[in-house]
Amino acid sequence: MLELFKIALRNLIRYKRRTLLTSSLIAIGVLFVLVFIAASSSFKYLMIGQITDSMLGHLQVHKRGYMASIDSLPLTLNLSEKAEKKLEAAIKDISEIEAFSPRIKFGGMFSNFIETTNIRVNGVYPEKEIATIPLFLSRIKQGEKAIKKGEILIPELLASGLKVKLGDTVVVIATNQDGSVNGKQLEVGGIIESVTGPGGRDGYIHIEDAMEILRMEEMEISEVAIRLKDFSKLNKISSQLDSNLSQHLNKQGKQVFDVRTWEKLSPFYNIARMIDVMTIFIKLMLIAIVLVSIMNVMIMAVFERIREIGTIAAIGTMPEKILSLFLIEGFSLGVSGAVVGNLLAFLAIFLINIIKVTFNFGRQSGLVLTPSLKTGDILFVSAAVILVSVLAALQPAFKAARMEPVDALRHV
Amino acid sequence: MSLITANNLSKIYRTGEIETQALKSLNFEIEPGSFISFIGPSGSGKTTLLNLIGCLDKPTSGTLKVADVLTSKLTRREAAAFRGKNLGFIFQDFNLIPVLTVYENVEYPLLIVQNIPAKERRNRVTSLLKTVGMMDQMNKFPDQISGGQKQRAAVARALVSNPKLVLADEPTANLDSKTAFMVIDIMRKMRDEYGVTFIFSTHDPKIVGEVETLFTLEDGKLTGRSNRKGGSHA
Ligand SMILES: Nc1ncnc2c1ncn2[C@@H]1O[C@H](COP(=O)(O)OP(=O)(O)OP(=O)(O)O)[C@@H](O)[C@H]1O
Ligand SMILES: [Mg+2]
Repeated sequence: MLELFKIALRNLIRYKRRTLLTSSLIAIGVLFVLVFIAASSSFKYLMIGQITDSMLGHLQVHKRGYMASIDSLPLTLNLSEKAEKKLEAAIKDISEIEAFSPRIKFGGMFSNFIETTNIRVNGVYPEKEIATIPLFLSRIKQGEKAIKKGEILIPELLASGLKVKLGDTVVVIATNQDGSVNGKQLEVGGIIESVTGPGGRDGYIHIEDAMEILRMEEMEISEVAIRLKDFSKLNKISSQLDSNLSQHLNKQGKQVFDVRTWEKLSPFYNIARMIDVMTIFIKLMLIAIVLVSIMNVMIMAVFERIREIGTIAAIGTMPEKILSLFLIEGFSLGVSGAVVGNLLAFLAIFLINIIKVTFNFGRQSGLVLTPSLKTGDILFVSAAVILVSVLAALQPAFKAARMEPVDALRHV
Repeated sequence: MSLITANNLSKIYRTGEIETQALKSLNFEIEPGSFISFIGPSGSGKTTLLNLIGCLDKPTSGTLKVADVLTSKLTRREAAAFRGKNLGFIFQDFNLIPVLTVYENVEYPLLIVQNIPAKERRNRVTSLLKTVGMMDQMNKFPDQISGGQKQRAAVARALVSNPKLVLADEPTANLDSKTAFMVIDIMRKMRDEYGVTFIFSTHDPKIVGEVETLFTLEDGKLTGRSNRKGGSHA
């Protein structure tokens, strides 16, 4: 076997230029794919991180039916205190959940005593909310980085539209579940940056203020946002929570709770999917490049060496050894391309990290791209390249192995 | 006991509509240790016959027995194994493997075809390189040596696996006559030393004088057999 490697490698060296061209083509392909994967997944996770860590959370639980009419933020579809207690118990059962935050969401009127506009408000427990969406505090552009009782954090668009400043007194008015209207004076405690996507223009108040405005006697919850310790376990934890909650049925025998991951809550999931699809296409292109270029050189190699093949076949070399000889050539081309490509990719990604490529996403600007190579990607891309190289060499190698020595020797 | 027995050996080539009867019902026997040449004009069937004896091709009809094996019945793989074990080949164009040195070319049959342990391999390769006078060239590649040197290396390669029979189709056609004599001389020495049977084809009349048994082929038929035991050198 080692001897076959020696012969194969020397043959590759014999056609230096061709070998160099083919393996650099493969190397460049590997480089582009790895850099693309690293950069796009960095972009994707930054984007997802922005969405999940500054408003959505990783998962959300609502009462079944709430999501269908989320636009009107229906108070009638809130979870009762009893249901919320059951939910909390189920959440606390799962150790992989880092934090959760119950929210009361409602739509109301916002007035600065001169003008009035509508507003969507989140009533939250400040510590729970911040633990669940840790980037929230960084969204507060003016004012203390906290959510206090008696205060409201309003989105900057609303502040500039109604010319409301920090410390101003405003009124939030909302229709309660029973149909009556109630209002409450609040002080503007902070102005927050808007975020692209649903919930990106909501105001925030303390949950007890929300209860007061809505005249709730008992706690009712519109949604519970959940943060996981490990984002990569999203689907596993989501279905675990879902099955833990599935025992709770309503009078109609339907499930009470509705567990959704961020993917089902944000339109940006489609962008993330697009990135994945593009990655798949880029990988397919790499495979096509490797397939065509290796097959091309191997067909040439077999054609040029017909008499040599005839000679070694005549002196008794078994067909499978002739086959291996050419497969090893394809394999070695693939390996050298993959290794060089990996090294180049490491270098390129290192440089990207040094240069600090920034981009804007929605209203956030200056997000720094921090691409990194994952072992899984390196292994997958390298293995695919090497495997495809061997497969591409298969047909020419079979042709060589099946050659009749008389015909091959007569070949001019 | 003869080494080769041919019975009504025929070969017909078919290319489309055209049929060429290259060998017409040949009958002959060859004894072990012979030093034989097939001569005849171009197209008389020398190469075809050597290919059949060398298990590289199959007869259209008739039987051929080489070293007690009915080689006309072997499968592709069996034929390859048979060649590797029993036969050596010397080619008109030398056919050394260009990426291997002289030493590695001679070693090839022992390493890739057979599986001889390193020590024995080294002994056999060096002793043959000595016999053909190529020790000082052994680390050169084929494109760095002369035609005569290539053919000497090829002779060593053909003999390194201790074959019963060495086949050489016009081994001297690409050599000048002085080198040709030298190569033939080496081949005969090998026969004397190891008892290997040599069969080669040629139409070089000078070389013809060197052989012991001469078969004449004409238009696919054996038209003569002359023995001149010993040849000119003996
Ligand atoms: N592969 C083939 N297909 C068709 N016809 C062939 C083939 N090989 C040889 N022939 C024909 O068979 C006959 C014998 O050819 P062969 O090569 O055995 O002659 P030869 O004696 O070796 O000639 P030369 O001295 O020129 O090498 C010729 O008529 C040749 O045209
Ligand atoms: Mg011929």
